[in-house]
Amino acid sequence: MALLDIRDVSLTIDGRTILSAVSLTVEPGQIVALVGASGSGKSMTALAVLGLTPPGARTRGSIRLDGRELTTLTERQMNAVRGRDVGLVFQEPMTALNPVLSIGSQVAETVRVHGMASRAEAARIADTMLTRVGLPADRFPRSRRPHELSGGQRQRVAIAAALALKPKLLIADEPTTALDVTTQARVLGLLVDLVRQDGLGLLLISHDLALVSRVADRVVVVHEGAVVEAGDPATVFAAPAHPYTRRLLAATQPARQRPDVLPAPVQPPLLAAEGIVRDYPLPRAGWWSRPAHLRAVDQVSLAVHRGESVGIVGESGSGKSTLLRTLLAADAPQAGAVRLLDRPWSAAGEAARRPLRRHVQMVFQDPVGSFDPRWRVERVVAEPLALLDAPLPPALRRARVEELLAQVGLAPADADRHPHEFSGGQRQRIAIARALAVQPDLIALDEATSALDVLTRAQILDLLGSLSRRLGLAYLVVSHDLAVVRALTDRLLVMRDGRIVEEGPTAQVLSQPRHPYTASLLAATPTLATQVA
Amino acid sequence: MTVMITLEATADGSRHSKALAAGLFLTGLVVATALLSLAWTPYDPTAINVAGRMAAPSATHWFGTDAYGRDVFSHVLAGGRSALGVALAAVGVGAGFGVPLGLLAAGRRGWVEEVAMRGSDVVFAFPALITAVLIAALCGPGAVDAIAAIGLFNIPVFAKVARGAALGVWARDYTLAARLAGKGGGRISAEHVLPNIAGLLLVQAAIQLSLGIVADAGLSFVGLGTQAPQPSWGRMLADSQTLAGQAPWLVLFPGLAVVAAVLGFNLLGEGLRGRLAPKRGA
Repeated sequence: MALLDIRDVSLTIDGRTILSAVSLTVEPGQIVALVGASGSGKSMTALAVLGLTPPGARTRGSIRLDGRELTTLTERQMNAVRGRDVGLVFQEPMTALNPVLSIGSQVAETVRVHGMASRAEAARIADTMLTRVGLPADRFPRSRRPHELSGGQRQRVAIAAALALKPKLLIADEPTTALDVTTQARVLGLLVDLVRQDGLGLLLISHDLALVSRVADRVVVVHEGAVVEAGDPATVFAAPAHPYTRRLLAATQPARQRPDVLPAPVQPPLLAAEGIVRDYPLPRAGWWSRPAHLRAVDQVSLAVHRGESVGIVGESGSGKSTLLRTLLAADAPQAGAVRLLDRPWSAAGEAARRPLRRHVQMVFQDPVGSFDPRWRVERVVAEPLALLDAPLPPALRRARVEELLAQVGLAPADADRHPHEFSGGQRQRIAIARALAVQPDLIALDEATSALDVLTRAQILDLLGSLSRRLGLAYLVVSHDLAVVRALTDRLLVMRDGRIVEEGPTAQVLSQPRHPYTASLLAATPTLATQVA
Repeated sequence: MTVMITLEATADGSRHSKALAAGLFLTGLVVATALLSLAWTPYDPTAINVAGRMAAPSATHWFGTDAYGRDVFSHVLAGGRSALGVALAAVGVGAGFGVPLGLLAAGRRGWVEEVAMRGSDVVFAFPALITAVLIAALCGPGAVDAIAAIGLFNIPVFAKVARGAALGVWARDYTLAARLAGKGGGRISAEHVLPNIAGLLLVQAAIQLSLGIVADAGLSFVGLGTQAPQPSWGRMLADSQTLAGQAPWLVLFPGLAVVAAVLGFNLLGEGLRGRLAPKRGA
């Protein structure tokens, strides 16, 4: 008998079909990966198992855990199941953990809620679990708070809390998506080890086929609320039967968007940085101690030529985003200088910089935070037009916005909507339209596809590729995603602890890394080839 | 996750909409009667009638009369004018100076922020009453004295709220996008920051209005606010404190008026806060 047996589950929310006849099983000790793009219904399947469907949802079909029917349980009975029989790990550990609780009580709390142990016993269980997830008490005192830990360490705490009650089934919803590649590999490895040791069933929800191909015993592909393909990963990925699976697979390795041979660079470069240093002040240790500094960017020099696409890769905290802010003259460097179009840029005053601003624009990572929530798309996209010498009359402005929206594949009527009405991919299209408004020579892309699923990522990369070919745009691509820089850049800089540790043509850096750090980044990045081979 | 948040929001939402309705009703009542008193009161609120003094509430004098035979109902209506006037003007002073100061501090950071915020702390350290005594000593007591004292106290409140909320907006990428569009700090503060924190400031204004009503009543109670013969709730309470035993209506009605106004503005603020909260996640 299967541990989790989902049979013909259909779910509608206010009459809209979200899941149609989904069936899947998880055996004890088995890792089942549920894969699909965002909106495919994979998370809703997990919520249905836990009885956490939103108001207005109607579920039909049968969900059995260890032979017990879950769909007919009362809310009170479900509460006993959640946490005790089924553990949960979410994508974003910072929001899943309670910021005011220490990590020790965080884990102990889940034990106490189910009345399974005394206070002292719960604390002991919590301590053992935290040690098991690689957070020993001597280096990670149990009194630490979540904000004092890194993203990977926080996710370990969340895993400890989920496993503390020894559930039979663990559901992990994109557990490593918010983490860096090397952290991602370690956290996933830990999760798999624990599941194997305890003989748990694991339902792993992910949009990343390459990632799940490494660990899953079985993959289930969902598309528009229905299972389109299921089987063991080697078979499914070697010979995908359904066109949607093929699309997902293709998107895992997005097509290269750059010409093989570039014209010789024209001197002087579009943007040139020389010996950039950028420090952040740290909080003072005491009233009389000297303010300490964190060197976020240390002696970085680089150049971007016309029509060229340069990538900067590194993990979070490596200084990539700080460097980008300095290159865009949003922050001033403590040492070194940036020149734009061979004119002073970082050293100039804002008044002198203003006429140059229209040559460089930017696309941000966070598709929510990059737009004023009160502004409509027309005003958002038109904002950089403030850089033009003469303001456009309203009719011309509207026409220009519609033209820009068409360039990024959106409809003219979208100008009247608010950004939050759009999907993540569409919002990035709006952001690209805004960046194009003043016909810049260079667009900086700060993790511009990191919040998107693989299919949307591939579409945005296609768009960026065709725009640069058509308009002769140069890109500065900051990313932790090697698939993105492989597809979109000509030259690659590898950044670690504020320094550039390796630099060269993208294909060369990614195939023959010289620096050990680059090699470790490459090794940690899941690829489908390693599984299939 | 999403599910629990939605459930909470609806439960919270109904509590907030009740607060909003109650707040709108009470403040509406207070504002409407104060406005009404400009055009009409049953009797001249300042007219003395020694023959009819200390009359208990009746059909002719709804709230009774005081030691000078003045109609308490008319006096309470007219007293609302000065209470609301002082509180509103004080919020105007506080927001007018405090909000730009907070926006400036958040937009410029560095020493500008230090000076603005430490200055706010200094002003904060003086209670409105002490400030009022000081100002009264310099310029003499009166409504203007109360407005200045309460308004001065409101400045750091608005400065701190505006700065805190503005820092949150400045951390969003859209302000960086605006800088890349060549806009300066002042323009970004006006176009992006202020509209996004306006709701929060409105909530704070409602709370400061209720505090202003209390402060105004307190100041006129000790004789530093609105001066006789202008009616004011605080002085009505002060004048009748020795008569409370024999004529309880003299303290009951102005007291209830203060409570209605304070409670009304507080509930209004609470309700507005609830209206604004769910939108943040969307």
